[in-house]
Amino acid sequence: MSTSDTYYIPHKATWPIIGTVGLVIMLAGFANYLNGSSIGPTMMVLGLLVFIVMLTGWFTLQSGESESGMYSTQVGISYRMGMMWFIFSEIMFFAVFFGTLWYTRNLSVPWLGGEGTGAATKELLWPAFEAAWPTNGPGKVGGEFESMGAWGLPFLNTLILLTSGVSCTWAHHGLLAKNRDQLIKGLAATVGLGLLFVTFQAIEYHEAYTDMGLTLGSGIYGSTFFMLTGFHGFHVCVGAIILGVVLFRSWKGHFQPENHFAFEAAAWYWHFVDVVWLGLFVFVYVI
Amino acid sequence: MSAVVAEHDHHDHGPAKGLLRWIITTNHKDIGTLYLLFALAMFFVGGAMAMVIRAELFEPGLQFVDPAFFNSMTTMHALVMVFGAVMPAFVGLANWMIPMMIGAPDMALPRMNNMSFWLLVAGVLLLASTLLMEGGAPASGWTLYPPLVLQTGKALPFAIFSVHLLGISSIMGAINIIATIFNMRAPAMTLMKMPMFVWTWLITAFLLIAIMPVFAGAVTMLLTDKFFQTSFFDAAGGGDPVLYQHIFWFFGHPEVYVMILPTFGVASTIIPVFARKPLFGYSSMVYATAAIAFLSFIVWAHHMFTVGMPIAGELYFMYATMLIAIPTGVKVFNWTATMWKGSMTFETPMLFSIAFVVLFTMGGFTGLMMSIAPVDFQYHDTYFIVAHFHYTLVPASVFILMAAGYFWLPKWTGHMYNERIGQLHFWLSAISVNILFFPQHFLGLAGMPRRIPDYAIQFADWNMISSIGGFIFGASQLLFLYIVVDTIRGGTGEKVTDEVWEDASKHSLEWTLSSPPPYHSFTTPPTSIPTEHI
Ligand code: HEM
Ligand SMILES: [Cu+2]
Repeated sequence: MSTSDTYYIPHKATWPIIGTVGLVIMLAGFANYLNGSSIGPTMMVLGLLVFIVMLTGWFTLQSGESESGMYSTQVGISYRMGMMWFIFSEIMFFAVFFGTLWYTRNLSVPWLGGEGTGAATKELLWPAFEAAWPTNGPGKVGGEFESMGAWGLPFLNTLILLTSGVSCTWAHHGLLAKNRDQLIKGLAATVGLGLLFVTFQAIEYHEAYTDMGLTLGSGIYGSTFFMLTGFHGFHVCVGAIILGVVLFRSWKGHFQPENHFAFEAAAWYWHFVDVVWLGLFVFVYVI
Repeated sequence: MSAVVAEHDHHDHGPAKGLLRWIITTNHKDIGTLYLLFALAMFFVGGAMAMVIRAELFEPGLQFVDPAFFNSMTTMHALVMVFGAVMPAFVGLANWMIPMMIGAPDMALPRMNNMSFWLLVAGVLLLASTLLMEGGAPASGWTLYPPLVLQTGKALPFAIFSVHLLGISSIMGAINIIATIFNMRAPAMTLMKMPMFVWTWLITAFLLIAIMPVFAGAVTMLLTDKFFQTSFFDAAGGGDPVLYQHIFWFFGHPEVYVMILPTFGVASTIIPVFARKPLFGYSSMVYATAAIAFLSFIVWAHHMFTVGMPIAGELYFMYATMLIAIPTGVKVFNWTATMWKGSMTFETPMLFSIAFVVLFTMGGFTGLMMSIAPVDFQYHDTYFIVAHFHYTLVPASVFILMAAGYFWLPKWTGHMYNERIGQLHFWLSAISVNILFFPQHFLGLAGMPRRIPDYAIQFADWNMISSIGGFIFGASQLLFLYIVVDTIRGGTGEKVTDEVWEDASKHSLEWTLSSPPPYHSFTTPPTSIPTEHI
């Protein structure tokens, strides 16, 4: 990098403090709600609104700065590193729940069933319990339930997400080749597929709750199933919103082959969400 | 990578006016100052809680507080000190020093830098608010083990969300540090020329990004177990409370290294300056830091020797833990070798650093004792472990933070601190910290459990001595507060030079800047890099 290149250092940032206040109101509201206090929901909505205003304002500011050419290559590298390590932190977050699934299936449920040094404990505490998967534990917490099969909607959803990964890359090629039409179509397809995925997942959840007796309260199977797929579904929603913003900016004529950090960040995030799903499909549904 | 400040907004280059300056600042020095002052304040808040603990334990029997509040105090003391004082203090140092040490104008992501500070404040406020709630603040110990922690009253969701906020704040801070170090160095500043403080923070930042989400995941499961009918930590539903401990310590053990690695970095910065010698074994220091960081991920269950793990697990975690002593030993020997035959002087920062080397080593040794699984059955959950980690945290991390204060305050403010009061502060602290914590080894070996407000009569003598040490230590820290305020307001009145300490500018770049340094540290990257620290 030559020394004539410049590094933009912003001054006087107001959005961070606004975002912080919004986040605190939202979380304090949620905590109040959980404690049964009636002002909880109001605070949550209020905090969320402030938070959304912050996101809109901050991103508008950034995209304006980007389009007016204030970000050098070196600034772009900082942003890319930021996104990369943010995604790494998300990977670690999901790793907790995958680890939980692994630990309960391979260690703690067999121990409850008397494996290893657990034989006496089993005889004394839960003599009738046979270790198996899926399970809602020796206490049959949450009552009878059916486990979720892999080859219906979940398999369809796998195909949908994989296709969306392709359409996202296709859009990127369009951007690099200065083909705006391809960029917009590719992004629109990706967002559409993302929304389709979420819709199918909503249908799946509805079936689980109404027909299969499978809920978040269905012992350790229900807990891990809904925690993993739920957090993933939430990330799909966030990814789709990010891609939607990128789509909107593309439509307004933003992004150049040499300057499109926001697109890249959104695409990385989307691929990350995609890969997590593959892990889920294998470990939660198939095996 | 070089960096020149872009001249985009010509009209407003300085800070905003008044209080607003501090709220919306993006400047690494302003934010560093905020972090450091906040940490100092929390040091006294957490310290006050420690005084409550030591007052209650001064004599057997229940004197001042009821047991539930006592348990809240041990819990909150730890959480406030770890997340409110020690970690933010090091992030503050990182903010102030890293750009200056690598020849950069500022941190790589200044707006996010501001947000990570305010999220920290928000998280700590949320945590502190639990003190006023029905059912009291969390009283389960800072480890928040279920099922006990699920009996917390209204405070539980607030404490959990506070952990989330603190986690986001730490991750943002860590990302910023990594981007700064990789992307903002002066062209001549190659990785293996970086000051040790920068190296240790780089590695710490990786640790933080890897572990904070894990803690967030663990407390999220506590939340759903309590409020959304999940069974993660409930055996009746097929879950396992021990799982929480595994996840917590996968976070928790690296977390203690988050507090000690930057400590190592500051010690490696200060000792060569006052020994007037290059750091002994620079590259081995770098590799040892990386090795400790790696090992910290594979030893977590040494905190769980007594929960009933399979024997293979006990053995594996025992041997893996012992390995940590090797890179740690490398470091201790290197500091000693740096001082060997140096022309040493003993200004306050050096005194604190030498005390750190000696007393940290003691904490390391008790760690090694506890790593032996069969004997840890005796030490576990007694005052012995309390002594262990206080030796690794107070006369190590906290002493080095004091040393850093004395070392860099003249650079930050342009004023010299009062050396006589500094020395007095040192001797009072160094003596009282041992009166405070050394007897706790004996108490632990004799079987006194940790986290109890009352105890059997045979523990009375050492507890009283420990409490006396605690009160002296607590009171002595007011001297530090006085010195910080006094130095900011002009100190001794003596004008300090740019390099402050003899030949310091041969060691690191910050001493080539004016004291106090300009608002944007290096607007053009420096061309020559001091190498005396290597
Ligand atoms: C030579 C290196 C070290 C070894 C071998 C070691 C080993 C251990 C072991 C085995 C325990 C568990 C004791 C028990 O619960 O029975 C422990 C606890 C602890 N260690 Fe260390 N340690 C070392 C260094 C450190 C350092 C550098 C720090 C912090 C800066 C630290 C902080 C702690 C803390 C906070 C606990 C207690 C956690 C709790 O239960 O609340 N240790 N250590
Ligand atoms: Cu440990």
